[in-house]
Order: sequence, then C-alpha cells, then structure tokens
Amino acid sequence: MKKSVLFGALAATTMLAGAAAAQGTTTLDTVKARGELNCGVNTGLVGFAAPDANGNWQGFDVALCKAVAAAVLGDASKVVYVPTTSADRFETLTSGKIDLLVRNSTWTFSRDNDLKMDFVGVNYYDGQGFMVRKDLGVSSAKELNGATICIQTGTTTELNLADYFKANNMTYTAVTIETNAEGEQQYIAGACDAYTTDASGLAATRAAFADPENHIILPEIISKEPLGPAVRHGDNQWGDIVRWTLNALIAAEEYGITSANIDELAASSQNPEVKRLLGSSDDLGAMMGLDKEWAKRAIKASGNYGEIFEATIGSATPIGLARGLNAQWTQGGLLYTPPFR
Amino acid sequence: MAAVSDEPKASFRLSMLIYDTRYRSFTIQFVVLCLVMAGAGWLIDNLLRNLSALGRGVDFGFLTSRSGYDISQTLVEYTNDSTHARAWLIGLLNTLLVAFLGCVAATILGIFAGVLRLSKNWLVARIMTVYVEVFRNVPLLLWILMIYAIFTDVLPAPNAFRGENPEATMSLFGTAAFTNRYTAVPWVSFTNSAGWLDLGVVWISLDLTLIVGAIVGGFLTNRFLIKRAATIQEATGKRPATWWQSILALFGPIIVVFLALGADFEVPELKGFNFVGGLQVSNSLVALWLALTLYTASYIAEIVRAGINAINKGQSEAAFALGLRPGRTMNLVILPQALRVIIPPLISQYLNLTKNSSLAIAVGYLDVRGTLGGITLNQTGRGLEAMLLLMLTYLAISLTISAGMNIYNRSVKLKER
Amino acid sequence: MTNSAFYVRKEMLPQSPPPAREAGAIKWARENLFSSPLNAILTLAGVFSVLWLFWEFTPWFWRSVWHANTLAECRDIITAAYGEGVTGACWAVIKERWPQYLFGFYPSDLYWRPVLAFILMFVALAPILFTSVPRKMLWFTMSYPALAFWLLWGGSIWIPVVAMAGFAIGYLAAKVALPVGGAIGATILAIVAPVVWWVVLAGAVADLLDQILPIAIEGVRSREFGGFILAFTIGVTGIVASLPLGILLALGRQSDMFLVHKFAVGFIEFIRGVPLITLLFTASLLLNYFLPPGTDFDIILRVIIMVTLFAAAYIAEVIRGGLAALPKGQYEAADSLGLDYWKATRLIIMPQALKISIPGIVSTFIGLFKDTTLVVFVGLLDPLKGITDAVRATTDWKGIYWEPYIFVGSIFFLICFGMSRYSMYLERKLKTDHR
Repeated sequence: MKKSVLFGALAATTMLAGAAAAQGTTTLDTVKARGELNCGVNTGLVGFAAPDANGNWQGFDVALCKAVAAAVLGDASKVVYVPTTSADRFETLTSGKIDLLVRNSTWTFSRDNDLKMDFVGVNYYDGQGFMVRKDLGVSSAKELNGATICIQTGTTTELNLADYFKANNMTYTAVTIETNAEGEQQYIAGACDAYTTDASGLAATRAAFADPENHIILPEIISKEPLGPAVRHGDNQWGDIVRWTLNALIAAEEYGITSANIDELAASSQNPEVKRLLGSSDDLGAMMGLDKEWAKRAIKASGNYGEIFEATIGSATPIGLARGLNAQWTQGGLLYTPPFR
Repeated sequence: MAAVSDEPKASFRLSMLIYDTRYRSFTIQFVVLCLVMAGAGWLIDNLLRNLSALGRGVDFGFLTSRSGYDISQTLVEYTNDSTHARAWLIGLLNTLLVAFLGCVAATILGIFAGVLRLSKNWLVARIMTVYVEVFRNVPLLLWILMIYAIFTDVLPAPNAFRGENPEATMSLFGTAAFTNRYTAVPWVSFTNSAGWLDLGVVWISLDLTLIVGAIVGGFLTNRFLIKRAATIQEATGKRPATWWQSILALFGPIIVVFLALGADFEVPELKGFNFVGGLQVSNSLVALWLALTLYTASYIAEIVRAGINAINKGQSEAAFALGLRPGRTMNLVILPQALRVIIPPLISQYLNLTKNSSLAIAVGYLDVRGTLGGITLNQTGRGLEAMLLLMLTYLAISLTISAGMNIYNRSVKLKER
Repeated sequence: MTNSAFYVRKEMLPQSPPPAREAGAIKWARENLFSSPLNAILTLAGVFSVLWLFWEFTPWFWRSVWHANTLAECRDIITAAYGEGVTGACWAVIKERWPQYLFGFYPSDLYWRPVLAFILMFVALAPILFTSVPRKMLWFTMSYPALAFWLLWGGSIWIPVVAMAGFAIGYLAAKVALPVGGAIGATILAIVAPVVWWVVLAGAVADLLDQILPIAIEGVRSREFGGFILAFTIGVTGIVASLPLGILLALGRQSDMFLVHKFAVGFIEFIRGVPLITLLFTASLLLNYFLPPGTDFDIILRVIIMVTLFAAAYIAEVIRGGLAALPKGQYEAADSLGLDYWKATRLIIMPQALKISIPGIVSTFIGLFKDTTLVVFVGLLDPLKGITDAVRATTDWKGIYWEPYIFVGSIFFLICFGMSRYSMYLERKLKTDHR
C-alpha cells in the first residue's frame, strides 16, 4: 500500500472507496482485503444489468459479478456495482476503480492490446443487427440505402455500421443517441427508420414495445460481437479467476449441475469431472489462490450458465432471447469450456 | 566631505523580508512560486509514473489514423476514411455553428424579453417574467432533453408525407417539410459551381467566398456612398438621392454572383426513406440551438433589464421632456447608455452558451465534445490526450471571446481619474 | 356692491363618477393592456398563447393516473376511462419510484438520516440567514459539516470529529503563537499545525479513539447516493466551499503582486474557459493519472472538488466586479486610517464588495446547483437523467418520458426560484443608498 501521506489523510477523513491495486499487490489480495468486489456494469440495460425499485442490481452481467464475488469472497452479495457509461468504462477499469468489467463489451483486438485490458472469455455471443417497422416493407438490410439509422454512440456498432454500408455501396444518415432508452424513444416516434445495436439488445428492446408484432429484426447480422468480462492487463492470476469462474458456470450446465442439486452432487456425484469442479476430490482452487469450494459457491450464487440465462434474458422473460449461439457445444452452440483438470 | 554623509545607511536584514512591506511582497511571491512549482512537479511526476506503470505514453499519433465513423452533419468534406484530426475539425465547426446561431438568436430574443419585461403592458410583462423565471431556474439539460423530445414526438415522420392521402403535408407552399428527423428546406445549388480551394487542412468553398465577398463588397460600397452623400450635404446643404445607388450596391453584386454561378433553388422531395435535395437541418441541431437560445435569452433578458434600470430615471424624463416618444427614447437615449452596462455580462453569456453547447451529447449532436471527446476517445481509448486537446480547444474559443470582450470594454469604459 | 349675477350656485354639486372608461377594470385594462395599438396586439398575442398552452396541456394533466404498476397498466386505465388514442399523465411512476428520485439507492431503512441532515441544514443556516437568531447558534453551524457528513455517510463518529479538530487546533495554535511569534508566526502556525494534524496524526488518533470508544452508525457508500440527495450533497458542499475560495481568488486577481495576480488570472481563465463536463470527465477518468499510484478517492468527493473549483472561478469574477465597483475613496479612506491590507479588506472593502455582489453570487450558486445534473455524464445517478434512465431501463416503465422530467424540473424550479427570491430579499434588506 503505497499511498502519499497527504492522501492517506484524505482517505481517513473522506470516506475512501478503498485503494485500488497498488504496485506490488495483486487484485486478488486487494479484493480480499477490501472484502468487496468492485464490478463495472451497464448504467441500465434491461436483462443485462439494471437496478430494481429497491436498488438491487439484477441481470445477466450482474450474475457473473455475483459468481466471482462468491468464488473469491464467499459471499455473492459482497459486490459494489459501479455503473459505467460506454464512454468511461475502459478508463474506469484501467484506472483501478473497478476490478472487473462486465458491461456487454465487445472483445476486439485493439481493446485487448492498445487499451491495456484483458478480455478473459465470452459470456454472450452477439452480433449487430437491425430492427425496422414492418410497414416499412423492408426485408433485408441491403434495402436500407438512404435510411436514417439510430445508433448508440461510443460503441463498436458505429464502426461496423460505417463499414457495412461502405462495403455495400449504400448511404445512410446516423442519428446518434447516448443511451438505449433514448434510442427507443427516437425509433418508436419514427425519427429513424432502423435501430441498430447488438441483436440481444434489439430483442430486449422489441420485447418491451407495446406492439412487438409490428417490428421485425432483419436477418443480416453484420458483425461478430463476442461480449465478455474484462480485467486489467498484467494481473494474470486475477484474469484466471474470472475466466475460470465463467468457465465453471458453463461447465456446470454441461454436467447438469444446478443450484438446486449442487449440494447433493458435491456429496455424492461419481463423475470425476464434477468432483474436481466442485472440489469434492482435487483442490483446483488452490492453483489460483482460492479455496476448494470456489466453483461450488460461484454456481450456487445464481445457478449455472443456463439457469442465469433463463432467469434474466431467456425465453421465459419479457426479453425472450433464444439460446442460439449461446447454447452448449453439444446443442449446436459455441459454449465450449476447457476441461477442469 | 565626510561630515555630510551622516544619514544612516539602509542596511538589509533578513527579517525585513517579512516585516518590511517593501520586501514582503517578494517573499510572498517567492513562496507562492515555490508552492505552485512543487505542486505542478508533483502532478507531472505522478503522471509519468502512472503512465509508465500502465505501459503507455502520451501519444498523439491517433490523430492521423483513420477515424472509421460517420458524422451526420459535416460542414466541410468528411468521410469515415478521414483522420481523427479531421473529425476533430468537423466537431469544432459544428460547435462553432451552434454557438454562433445560438448567440445571435439569444441576443435578439433576450433583448425583446428584457424590454418587454419592463413594458407598461401588464400581461406581457407578466408573461415575460414567467418565461425568464422558468427558464433560469431549471437545468439546461432538462430543456435540451424536453425540446428534443417534443420535436421527436410531435412532428410527423417523413413516412407520414407519403401516399395519396398523406397525414402530413409540406409547409410553405409545398417547399419545406418539418419532420421529426430534420427540417428540409429548399436550398440553392449551383450549376456551374466554382469548386473548392484546397488548402491542405481545409477546403474552402469558392462559391461561399464569392457570395460573402459580394455581400461585404456591396455593404462597403453602400457605406462609401452614404458617407459621400453626407460630405456633399455638409458642403452644399443638399443631399443627393442615394437610395437607388444603395439598392444597386447592396443587391447588384450578389445577384450577379448568383447568376454567374447558375443558382437554382432545389426543393426537397420524398425519395425512398427520406427527403432528398434541398437542405436538411437535423433536429438535434435545432433542438440544441433552441434550448440554448431560450435558456441563454432568459439570462440576457435579465442583463438587459438590469442595464436599462441602471440608467438614471432622469435620462428618460429628460427625453420625454424633449418630446421623444417612448420607442425613440428607448432607442436613442436609454439603450446606447445601457449598452455599456450590458455588453460585458452579455459577452460572458456568449461564453457560457458556447461552453453549454457541449451538452450536445444529450441529443446526439456531434460537436467537438462528441467527436474528439466522445467517439474518437472511445474508439482509440486515448482519454488523456483527447481530453487535453478538447480542453485546449474550448480554452482557445473562450480566450478569443474574452479577448474581444476586453478590447471592447476598454474602448467604451468611462474614464475615471 | 350688489350681487348682479342671475344665478349663483350656493352648494357644490355632488361629485359625479368618472366616465366609465376612466374607472375600474376598464381603465386598468386601457392603461395596462391596450394603451397603444402595439400594446393591444401584444396583449392579444399574450392572451392567445396562454390560452393555447392551457388548452393543449390541461387535458393531459387532467387525465392523470396515480395508481398503476406499469406504464402499460397506466395506458390501459386511461384508454378505459377516456377512450382509444387519448393520452394522459402517468404519475404512478413518481408514486412508485419517488424514493429513488429523492435518495437514489440509499438504504431505505436509513432514509431518516439524510432527512435529518436536511432539516438540520436549515437550523445551521438560520443564524446566517436571519440576524434575529441567537449568535450562539453559530457554533452549531460550524460543526454542521462534520455532523452532516457523519449522518450521510455513517461510519465511525471519530473521523469527522478528528477532521474538525484540525480547525480547532489551528485556532489554538494561532492563539498560543500570537504573543510569541507575532502575527506572521501565528498565521504560519495556524496553517501548518492543522495540516500536520491531518496528514500525520489524524488517522492514528481516529483509530485509537475508535478502539477506546467505538461509536459508529451503519456506513453508506457513495455509489449508493443518487437523486436529490446527491444533488444536494454536491450542491451545498460546493456552495459552501466555493465562496471562500472565490474570495481568495478575487483578492489574488486584484493583487499588486505580479506572480499572485498572474496565477489567479491563469487559474480563473482556465476554469472559466472550459465546460464543466470536461472538468467532470477529468475528475472521473484522468485525475487518477495525476495522483500517486494506488490512490483512489471517492467519486463524489472528486466531483465536489471540480464543481467547487468551477463555481469558485465564477464567484471570483463576480466579487472582482464588486471590488471594482467600490469607489476608490473607500480604499484611500482605509489606507488613511492606517489599516493594513487584511484589516482593510476584512473591515472596509469586503463587506461592501460582497454586498454589491450578492445577486451575482446567488446566481452562481443557482447555476452550481443546476449544474449538479451534469454528473450523470460521469456515471453518477443525478435525479434528472441518471435516475430517470435507470427507471426507464426496467421493463415496467420503459417508454415513460415526460412525467419524470416534469417532476424533477419542478423541484429544481422551486429550489432555484426560492434561492433567487431570497437573494432579492437580502438585496433589499442590505440596501443602504437612497436612490
């Protein structure tokens, strides 16, 4: 803990949010010493991260924060949710104000390398799509020449859109908006012909409309958007913890471990993979500085990947997303976790 | 010889640095200098250490790389293949555009509201009071969001203009369309345009240059004509008729330029998704401009009112005694004097308006904060560099405005002893 | 001399009423509304626009719904009551979410603490605002910042106590040093002693006291602040801190000392030259680059510092105006009495300059309070956009637009309007010239 004396005093007098990772200490130690995980999330995106009336954060991204907190600290409620805007999310992470960023952020080359962050996995495979009104008579994104398109600023979608229209020799007018809520307002009022964002976001948006049947999502997916949690570059141990917590959630679904049967399986399962994962046999946790039951707690926090998906954004929720690419590899999806051994 | 120099020699003691008012200011300044230097050194040292810990330096190289994003309103040539530096310029021009339009409109509206607030008409004075109080006491951000939302919700979409029996029709004899995306108005296009003059960083439209030249030239000629008429009047007592010369000087050149360039009015028409042709002024610009105007005008109204109230009542009584009507009293006696009081705060309102235009982000208008400090910053992740450039940009604009204000202030200042 | 007139009226005629057009409402209307053709046109235009606004918006307000759980339910109720395609206000969202608008995500069982702090704020303000309140109350006012801090953030009581003790130590140090070291020594000691206390001793002492006598209430973290308590915390702290800083900057700018003058000018012009959002952005993202590695202090504190600096630069300019407006004779009179710089400033110059600057200062305060809405751009939940966006991000209230803005706008209006009225009252009260 290398703090200047002056700000040390400021710290005492002004309610410090806690010192961030200082040189020489690992993120894991910092988080453990603090007793809380600072997790960067969206300021409000239905299904992924939004506070309810009591201020409890809920959603798909939030569940991963909880799982990591459960794995590291043993208590899924020990998370401080830091709402980040699309503009300040990466600086917030690199400057050490958060330990983990789970905010529908696309894993790209330049973000991984130039911005000094590490994306440690993919928790949602997404792609950019378009939504239009049915009565517009458009059935393909290729017919959008000359259209006005609503787009959220500060995201990769802007670049994708420019590239796509250029590649297809079309023109468009962009209506830039700052938040998803404003984008919907513009789109519903007809201030833009099409609304473009990640397909999951489109589905969530469409689901909440008063007349979802009058809007269609065009078949073209114009980009790959692997959304994943990111950590600061350079602390590999912490990166591994987040990566394998996510993998544990995915693996749990693969092996049929749910929050309901986890205690039973931990005690009685004969599947060696399950035993390793839940810490009934080997002590995998120790290899990354955690205890034996880290994965068990992580899964218990809000269930396995499938349970989280169904509870937050799945077909039973108002958002109603199908699993699609985000199904297990055995079901034709892309979720394929490396073995736990 | 020696006997005269008995006067005690002023010896310098260290304590005089503190107790002698002649030297004390040096001591204080020295201490201040040391503190400021130490503070700055500390900050810079921290910055360098932090950057080296993160493994990155201060690098402005991103400015010359391809931006990759589109900007919907560009005053000069820009595509997504242009550089980030050019996107910065586009943003700057957009900021200056909305600031300029806002300042002009806010001044006009503000003077009206300020004068009307002092009006003897009870109802009008009350309405203006309500307007001023409501707009001054609610955050600007709210007005921007509200006005934008009103545009979006109340105006028809371009689609509504379509079909046999459209829900909406074009206004102004079928030449202009107010939609919830933009206002499409007719605009001149030139059949034999003079083209662009490439200056490396900026292209200058020769058409625009010619038009501005014609207007300025006509204006100067007119002034010369009036001056000459005045000279003749003083010499001979007879003022030669200048009205036809004035009209010719003012409008002649511009008509000639327009004819030479082959000016043609282009009326917007609905093609595909949107109106094509003419000029489309986006609603984000109009909403931002309107909000900035209404908000700033309420401040300017108060400044104008205070300026008029500051003029001694005797001035207007004297003017009435001379038989001047209230309107002329205001124009000829009160306002010229009030201007001296009004101008300095007025210009600081211009400054505020320019800075407030950075709230453009709320309506997605891409000003310099939106391009350099928004998309460029996000896409490149160069927060430190982008914010530094952004601050310098605003600082340069503000200092230019305040420099103008100081020059003006000096020229109208009442000379005191 | 005989009276040769045929007729002389012996008694006065009863006073006849003035012509109808010169009395009562008609006269008033003629003089105030229709005194000239232009005025008549203006009046008619005014009447027309007021009626139009009334006509357009009253029905919407009239069809208000107060009890509903979602926006869809709200719309159904309106449709059921007034028919298809009719719109109305859905205040149910405010009814359901008002705690968030007022308190953000502050723990709901602790709402009494910010409320108490808010009420105590008026008690603390009383001796400053009204001269009739006993002067002893000033002690409460001075200790209020620590109390409010403790109530809002909670935690150990010793942290604010120890922090406030720094001021007491400075005062005592000055008292002790005055006979020994003279005015200069006392001033230096009054600055150095508290700094040493805060930097070196305060933390340890607070820990020690905490162990001996642990008095603590539940802690609340800054991220849980939102809505109007966030606006108030930032606004009030900024207002309180920016005035003294602004006065110092104004004096610096008026100073004869070259360097002091230049630094003050440079600082003021820099702060006034850039928009507040860029400063806030700097505070939230870039400040960490300028602090020793590993430091990270509270986001609200950082925002408060930036807002304070911003307002201080404006106040400095307002006070400079006040200083410039003072007749030169006042300075000369102070000099001729033999007062030194600080005495002259404190006793002669500042009271007059501040009095002249009151409207400007208060309007800077109002501006500061309104600018607290901009903290949304650095991810804090301000009442206007932050909370509203969070509310609209839930499926229940997706698509709601006007009601939250109207609600938040009205509260801002009430507060700012109140402040401006108070400043007018103060101006009238302190007015001593008889123009």
